[in-house]
Amino acid sequence: MLRFLAGRLVQSALILLGITVITFGLTFLIPADPVRMIAGRSATPETVESIRHQLGLDQPVPVQYLRYLGNLVQGDLGRSYVQKAEVTELIASRLPATLQLLAAAIFFQLLLGLPAGIYSATRRNRTSDKVVMILSFIGVSAPQFVVGLLLLYVFAHKLNLFPLGGYGTLSHVVLPAVTLGVTVAGWYSRMSRSSMIEVLRQDYIRTARAKGLSEWRVVLVHGLRNAILPIIAMIGIDIGLYMQGIVVVEAVFGWPGIGQLAWQAIQRIDIPIIMAVTLVAATGIVIGNLLADIATSLVDPRVRHR
Amino acid sequence: MGEAWNRFRMDKAALFGATIIVIVVTAALLAPWVTPHDPYEQFFDGLTMEGAPLPPSERFWLGTDLLGRDVFTRLVYGARTSLIIGVVANAVAVLIGTVLGTIAGYAGGWTGTVIMRFTDLMMAFPALLLAIALAAILKPSLWIVAMVIALVNWVQTSRVMYTQTRTLAELEFIEAARALGAAWPRILLVHILPHLMPHILVWGTLGISVTVLLEATLSFLGVGVQPPTPSWGGIIFESQSYFLTAPWLVVFPGVSILLLALSFNLVGDGLRDALDPTQRGRA
Repeated sequence: MLRFLAGRLVQSALILLGITVITFGLTFLIPADPVRMIAGRSATPETVESIRHQLGLDQPVPVQYLRYLGNLVQGDLGRSYVQKAEVTELIASRLPATLQLLAAAIFFQLLLGLPAGIYSATRRNRTSDKVVMILSFIGVSAPQFVVGLLLLYVFAHKLNLFPLGGYGTLSHVVLPAVTLGVTVAGWYSRMSRSSMIEVLRQDYIRTARAKGLSEWRVVLVHGLRNAILPIIAMIGIDIGLYMQGIVVVEAVFGWPGIGQLAWQAIQRIDIPIIMAVTLVAATGIVIGNLLADIATSLVDPRVRHR
Repeated sequence: MGEAWNRFRMDKAALFGATIIVIVVTAALLAPWVTPHDPYEQFFDGLTMEGAPLPPSERFWLGTDLLGRDVFTRLVYGARTSLIIGVVANAVAVLIGTVLGTIAGYAGGWTGTVIMRFTDLMMAFPALLLAIALAAILKPSLWIVAMVIALVNWVQTSRVMYTQTRTLAELEFIEAARALGAAWPRILLVHILPHLMPHILVWGTLGISVTVLLEATLSFLGVGVQPPTPSWGGIIFESQSYFLTAPWLVVFPGVSILLLALSFNLVGDGLRDALDPTQRGRA
């Protein structure tokens, strides 16, 4: 187990290292010279050169990368020239809002996806299973911005049940969290259905049935107990979907998280912020996958030896 | 193949999807004959006296947008944008994924490890953020958007092709081909690729759905296909500040995106069941 854990940790660290190479590479894609943006149009060539030197941009690319990496290790994500602020502070001030949204979204994902998947697995290949699976495909195929705008129209504008956007109270979080949760629940119900089906094919389930236990007891006690951890672990894999979703959903609802921060930065081509949010999101995805792997290997030791 | 077709034919959901796809493709191809209007024309009678868009009526079937253009016409022409990007971007993504996945799976060793580690890395990369950043930096046009989507979307295919190729590469007939002195490009193209076709077909179809959604999202964020070119996500982007008073500007393009993405998902799922009945109803 320790060896497995160490191996996965090293692998995750290497993936993150690779991602820093890509985010660093983004700097070289912008047509505009960052130094000119800071110096302003009327700066003399001498001023431009001295700023370039101050930022270390006159050094060779590998040196610049190592410097970027060194700063990252110390928790320094760079400086936004557009917003004239430290990126680490900007992220830190936005992260709690995003985490709150994610927690609420995962709640709705479980609330919808889990019962749907279990129910579908027990009614495999019957009409009710097919109906639930088509509903889950609709969830998967629904564009998040459309779901968000329609929820706003119906529940905030027409029915006046929730605020039209913004941040603060519990009622602010419901609509954006449902938007994220519904779309991810589509995938989640399909995945939990297939792991539940795997469990229900096992011999001990047949034994439980043969003992004369009621069907719901077989499914919920004997089946779910063995399927639940991998099913919960799948949330870790869904972090990738969430990291895409927050950009759109935070834009639609005016939610002041890192998705909105990234979105504003992209419109102003504020590269240090884009790099930082990408890195934070990737870290979230890597940690999510790592936790999912660990949880799965706890239940099923075979995974460790793959 | 005939057997697979028979199984597909019995799948009502897949047939529904296929029907929608045929309707959308036909409408997109025959756009000038499907709608009486021009997608760029700003009608004098297309706005209210106060300059607000019109709700659906006999003259403008699905209403008008902020500039007094016919929404139905823009949806029909917008289908071209969705389909072109959906098909082209996804074809490129599937091509990249298949080439990388099969080479990694067949070569194994260092080459395989390097390619698959890179795939893992891209898996952990927030694709939408990368796509938005690239599209914003590169000044989006139809083809740039398609290429950006392809660049972030090949990962899934690569994983599937890798696993499949590895299983195939260990089979006896591949070993026989190798023993007969066939070179590796020949083995990949002649012996392995035909066995991958069902998977390419399934993932190619499911991938179009992802691509259509990604294009719509990029256009909604304003970094996709640029106005005045009609695109479904773009229609919502242009009118989002107005949607509380003119909800049809969100509902009709929104339902179009959903239906097209759903259809490709249903057909892809149906193909998977039809081509590989042992997997039926599992995933």
